[in-house]
Amino acid sequence: MDNVQSLKYLVPELALIGGILLIIAWDLVAKGKAKLTGIVGLAAVSLAISGGVGLAALLSKSEPVALFYGLLAADRFSNLFRVVFAFVTGVVVLFSIPSDETAKESAELDAEDAPKDSALTKFRRDPGEFFALLLVLTLGMNLMASSRNLLMIYLSLEIVSVISFVMAGLKFQDKKSSEAALKYVVYGGVASGIMLYGMSWIFGITQSLYLGECAERIVALTTAQGKVPAVVFVGTVCMLAGFGYKISAAPFHMWTPDVYEGAPTPVTAFLSVGPKAAGFAVMIRFFWDALGAADMPIVKGTPVETPWPIIAGCLAMATMTVGNLSALGQDNVKRMLAYSSIAHAGYMLLGFSVFSEAGVASIVFYVVTYCFMNLGAFLIVAGVAEQNGGDETINSFKGLGRRAPVVAAVMTVFLISLTGLPPMAGFVGKFYLFSALVNAGGTWNWAVAVVGVVNSVISLFYYSRVMRAMYLEKSEKTEPTQVRKLFNAASILLAVPTLVLGVYWGPVYDFVLRSLSMAR
Amino acid sequence: MSTVPVEYFLIVAAVLFVVGAVGFLLRRNLLVLLMSIELMLNSVNLTLVAYNRLHAANHAGQNLAFFVIAVAAAEAAVGLAIVLAFFRVRKTIHSDEANLLKN
Repeated sequence: MDNVQSLKYLVPELALIGGILLIIAWDLVAKGKAKLTGIVGLAAVSLAISGGVGLAALLSKSEPVALFYGLLAADRFSNLFRVVFAFVTGVVVLFSIPSDETAKESAELDAEDAPKDSALTKFRRDPGEFFALLLVLTLGMNLMASSRNLLMIYLSLEIVSVISFVMAGLKFQDKKSSEAALKYVVYGGVASGIMLYGMSWIFGITQSLYLGECAERIVALTTAQGKVPAVVFVGTVCMLAGFGYKISAAPFHMWTPDVYEGAPTPVTAFLSVGPKAAGFAVMIRFFWDALGAADMPIVKGTPVETPWPIIAGCLAMATMTVGNLSALGQDNVKRMLAYSSIAHAGYMLLGFSVFSEAGVASIVFYVVTYCFMNLGAFLIVAGVAEQNGGDETINSFKGLGRRAPVVAAVMTVFLISLTGLPPMAGFVGKFYLFSALVNAGGTWNWAVAVVGVVNSVISLFYYSRVMRAMYLEKSEKTEPTQVRKLFNAASILLAVPTLVLGVYWGPVYDFVLRSLSMAR
Repeated sequence: MSTVPVEYFLIVAAVLFVVGAVGFLLRRNLLVLLMSIELMLNSVNLTLVAYNRLHAANHAGQNLAFFVIAVAAAEAAVGLAIVLAFFRVRKTIHSDEANLLKN
């Protein structure tokens, strides 16, 4: 499809671009209170259009189309992720509206005699740049989920990376925040360099950047040689460095805890779900489309043995184990959740070990449930820390069961779901992942599944530490406490699907299964 | 007129890539780290352009190389800005001293 015709399938992205430009313009023109209201309104409208158009396309029976001569794909898979990204960003927008105190504080900082190194600076002075950057990130993630060309994959990945670097350093004069941004940018540069090197070799052997054409060539070479060519293997492993960095899989996870701890909490919450989900989307498409991992060519009656299940299984086991074991000793709840998000990337990688339809569906379903529960948990950490003068350690959760029953109950829902116990969404997600492994059978899949189950048990220890602090330990303070109403509303908005998906998941799972049709 | 075989370019590119990677692992100066990353990206460009010669009808490799140059510039701009911000609050550009966030 040519460029002009393609535009009408690109309404979600165009809405986001419009929103970004309007926010920047509004930020320059407006004054006083109208400024923030306008910015948040514009962000909400463009996200609603983006998600709404995606949802409408998902509900109608639209055929997959190739946009811009095959650079992008508009199919159910990309639409599903558009909806997820619009929802995630919407929650983060709600969640990063500065409180009145912060707004007053930043007004004071604008004054000339303000102390220059106030650690309390939530964001830099203008909310405009924060919300505009947030929408640019969403745009990049949308493009990631629909890229069907190595060049587009690289560009969209870099949009997300470069903007994430800036967002991690938004607390401009904060020592931790600038260190987080630094670590992010240094590791990110290397990861994208390695990924590009892999791409250049894949381009060399397949002579094309289009995933579909790559697949044809790889299949032809694999059939001729009776195995996956060594160059494709090396190229893919190098590209996994880039993808693994985005989803924070071991051994490319080193940046995760530091960046998550140092970055402002709304940014952390966003980084832990948005780019990670986008990373999985682009990785699924790459495996499915370019490597044809789901259906391997058959030589002399038997399908060709591919190294992908072994690589994915090893990555998954390493990621889960590293994440869970490191999370055990953490006192800072934000840092603990950072390690837990590494572990969850490991669970999702399990699905790559069996790259069947069921495997992919279980990954996508897990990504969706993970968005709800992880975002919710970070939201509550931010809310509680805000009430305790920025204290993110487990101490600020002590006695929360009595002081703020609703917050504690909602947090418990998220924690149980993250552990993967029934009746929460996390249980259903893990159930599908493990059952995909077990149904596929084979010693390797069983071994990987067992490691996954053992890891879930380990994770119970550190999640339950927070629950114990909330309900069983006494704090020095006993007076009731309250997080901001906005936080309460947003966290309940996330807790409801976490609970509902845990008992009534059938329709959603079927919906995900039907959304897997990709342009090929 | 004889031309240089493609393999030569690929080997030079691989050597450049390894030099960049080793520099990244061994050096501790943040500016040198950023330079190592640039070296890795340049080796990618060399590989792409060399491979493009094998199938000259389609210029995909050269296109990608141009995009890599442009994006690398953007990334370097953000990277240097972040190093500068780090230097302002910490008065060092030694990566070992970026150790506030640790277990």
